[in-house]
Amino acid sequence: MDYFLKLFLSGTAKGSIYALIALGYTMVYGIVQLINFAHGEVYMIGGFTALIVGGFLFSMGLSVPVVLVLSILAAVIYSSAFGFTIERLAYRPLRNKPRLSALISAIGISMILQNFVLLAQTEKYLSFPSYLPDLAFLHPVREYINSTQFIILVTTSVIMILLTMLIKLTRIGKAMRATAQDKDMALLVGVDINQVISVTFIIGSALAAVGGVLICSYMGQINYYIGFVAGIKAFVAAVLGGIGSIPGAVLGSFILGWAESLGTGYISSDYEDAFAFIILILILILKPDGILGKNQKQKV
Amino acid sequence: MTHKKLASELIDALGKSIWFVVLLFPFMVMKATVVSGVAVIRFRWENLPGIAIASFVLSFVWSRALEWNEHRGDTADTDTPMRRVQDVVVSALAHKPIRWTAVSVLLLAMAIYPLALGMYHTNIMITALIYVILALGLNIVVGLGGLLNLGYAAFFAVGAYTYGLLWKYAGPVFAAASINTGWLFWIALPLAGILAVIFGILLSLPVLRLRGDYLAIITLAFGEIVRMVLQNSGPVTGGATGISLIPRPWFFGIRLPPRQAATYIYYIVVVLVIMTIFVVRRIEDSRVGRALEAMREDEIACEAMGIDLVRNKLSTFALGAFWAGIAGVVLASQTTYINPDSFTLWESIMVLMAIVIGGTGSIPGAIGGALLLKLLPEYFRPLAQYRILIYGVAMIIVIIFKPDGLFPRKRKVYTFVDKTASGATTEVGK
Amino acid sequence: MSDAMAPILDIQDLSMVFGGLRAIDHVSMHIKNGEICALIGPNGAGKTTIFNCITGVYMPTEGSVSIQHAEKPREQIQGLKPNIINQKGLARTFQNIRLFGKMTVLENVMIGRHNSLKAGIFKAIIRDKATREEEQRLIDESHEILKKMKLEMFINETARNLPYGAQRRLEIARALATDPFLLLLDEPVAGMNPHETKELEETINLIRDREKVSILLIEHDMSLVMNVSERIYVLDYGRMIAEGTPMEIKSNPEVIKAYLGE
Repeated sequence: MDYFLKLFLSGTAKGSIYALIALGYTMVYGIVQLINFAHGEVYMIGGFTALIVGGFLFSMGLSVPVVLVLSILAAVIYSSAFGFTIERLAYRPLRNKPRLSALISAIGISMILQNFVLLAQTEKYLSFPSYLPDLAFLHPVREYINSTQFIILVTTSVIMILLTMLIKLTRIGKAMRATAQDKDMALLVGVDINQVISVTFIIGSALAAVGGVLICSYMGQINYYIGFVAGIKAFVAAVLGGIGSIPGAVLGSFILGWAESLGTGYISSDYEDAFAFIILILILILKPDGILGKNQKQKV
Repeated sequence: MTHKKLASELIDALGKSIWFVVLLFPFMVMKATVVSGVAVIRFRWENLPGIAIASFVLSFVWSRALEWNEHRGDTADTDTPMRRVQDVVVSALAHKPIRWTAVSVLLLAMAIYPLALGMYHTNIMITALIYVILALGLNIVVGLGGLLNLGYAAFFAVGAYTYGLLWKYAGPVFAAASINTGWLFWIALPLAGILAVIFGILLSLPVLRLRGDYLAIITLAFGEIVRMVLQNSGPVTGGATGISLIPRPWFFGIRLPPRQAATYIYYIVVVLVIMTIFVVRRIEDSRVGRALEAMREDEIACEAMGIDLVRNKLSTFALGAFWAGIAGVVLASQTTYINPDSFTLWESIMVLMAIVIGGTGSIPGAIGGALLLKLLPEYFRPLAQYRILIYGVAMIIVIIFKPDGLFPRKRKVYTFVDKTASGATTEVGK
Repeated sequence: MSDAMAPILDIQDLSMVFGGLRAIDHVSMHIKNGEICALIGPNGAGKTTIFNCITGVYMPTEGSVSIQHAEKPREQIQGLKPNIINQKGLARTFQNIRLFGKMTVLENVMIGRHNSLKAGIFKAIIRDKATREEEQRLIDESHEILKKMKLEMFINETARNLPYGAQRRLEIARALATDPFLLLLDEPVAGMNPHETKELEETINLIRDREKVSILLIEHDMSLVMNVSERIYVLDYGRMIAEGTPMEIKSNPEVIKAYLGE
């Protein structure tokens, strides 16, 4: 039972991270029907930015809490900027072209970003200094959950709530929902589609950045390739929950997190990455629209 | 362009340049290394001017290019210098004597290649030709069928491991029976093709009902699963260490020294390439090929015209997989060592890049793209480490500005002879 | 011995429900051999949905679609796959043109004749004499169809580069190439000028008279509908509100109400 609880909690933490990334995928897909292959790379860039900026600030003698806040801020800003730029450069020119073109472009960007970080920094695994605090009140339950996991859970929950409020209550949130439902109509009632799309990319990237910083703090290391693996899994989570659906992305992420955690704990740890793929294949065969997905019939 | 417009464009470019300098600063100027848990940051100020200037120039060029692209519209494939060159070449080749001469010269050049240039270059060309086969195969799936397959390397792996496993398990048997193990190559070749086809059909079963983007992801998942299985089945497949000492193909019982063996494999792969081109051309210009293209253009209309989509998709994957299987056997015999690392997602994407840059749906495009992507890094060594970057950028540029690729397909022109009442004939359709 | 007066297409009590929306509500209609019928109604009435139920794009929630033609026994086709239904003799065009844009005009029609050939992958590679002859026959037949639809000057043009009116005619040519006994046209003259519309009117009659193909069309252009149809069905909010000859429909108060409101 203890073991199960431990696995469950770590799975929940993992799922939270996937959720932060999956939300980006699902929001972008809901609005422009594009699988943003490069989204995983944005997550990786967030982590790297935190490492670099954080490292610099720390070496300048700033205190740990300040470094933490500023490095996360930097990660969020830079990832958002990257996401925004990618959309403007590589996706916007293809907006009225066949979907395959944008997908290929996304693959290209993903390759470019991975390689860019590889060349500009290093191909090696760098250890990632965590500036996250060690919470004393958690020490009694250290067996089950550590500080970083707790912080991940709390942070993610707060972000989910904020995001839901944004989507439901603000003007831009409404515009996003309208565009996702019917782009042409939204255009006709005066919504600035370009702005909505850019905002979507920015928000998605910002979330991914937070996820990147958190996971790198948790794992203690970072590498140019992590974006790809995490990206695929988060995408699986989004599809599992129903791509285009925000609660779906969250649900799918947790299910994936638990499946991976319990799977590696009880079955085998060699095939950790395979769980995601197997789930993906199963869901696409059995229920392609995902758990909470809407059945999208093509207009004939 | 007016001075005012030029000025505003330049200011725009300046703004973008500043944006990029700030954006890329942490990555290109700062460099992180971690020493005993503490991040050490180095500043490479020397990169700064480069980024600034490059982004300024490129932003300017990019916005002008995008604008030009917008105004051009889709019918831009009519009168470009490239197309004029193409037309001249094609009409020249329409004359039999010219065609035969060109082909003969080409064949001659290919024949003496290894003798003229030696083992090093021959090996490079073998690798390039293997990729030509891969590109032609993937072209059937992506170019003709319109199905984005991101797990193509899996079929490549199936081919290579067919030979490798055949060697591992049947090899000792052969040796015990005093049969030359070089025969295994020739057995493996068709076997790999068949096995790859089977895998192709297996892959297509789950994706039959899926649309473009989902299809791509499943094929990616499939590719990764195959690789993971190979990696983790140590006892059977050699796991991460793979299979080594794979024999070279049988040559009348003689064990060839490396140089001659390379030449021998070269000729084999040339023959295979010619065979592939022949078959793919035949498929393209046939009822089957047209059905695949119809599926690519519009699945719903395709089905409404009586075509069975399920059959079509199965055929597409099967046809495409076959060539990867064959290519895999050649790879295994050339490198004599295989392991799962040769069949990663990057490999699949490399082949995809080759056909996108060369031209999806175009046979010259697939050949050109594969040769370009495999030969350039060998002969432009200084840029080799940037090659993924360059290919990625090239792919995006092509898909935005020239979606039909560098060597686009020229569709078949049908001619009809119309007999008028007086018996005179006019040729229609040119 | 088949009843010559039996309908070639018989729709009974058809309903189509999407989630909470009843798009088609207990619709019954039929087409007799050699007829040209029209299905009209305000936008959103459900006309294309009926087409989609007939051609297998949707599986109707209730009701049946049956066909009977050429000495064959009557059979129900609702829920079958679109390609099977096409093979049984129903062909259609689409409201938003769905041509094979990157292929040439001739090739588009050749796709229509796909099922008249047998050559599979192996034959395609070997390309023996029989296959080559089959292929040539295919090309010639397609050329003939293009001539009938007055598109022969566009043979090698890329389909998407065609002028709009020609694109619509090409879709019809392609549908005809599949050798149907019933042709379903979804807004064939949408966006055409009066001259093109008149030409298409003649073409529709020719198709019925010369090719012996019955026709069911959805249209908003009333002049075409009145000139060319023998019977008209009127749909409103998913329900059939009237059926009759053009004269009858013109003066039907329900129809007038549906189009013009109270």
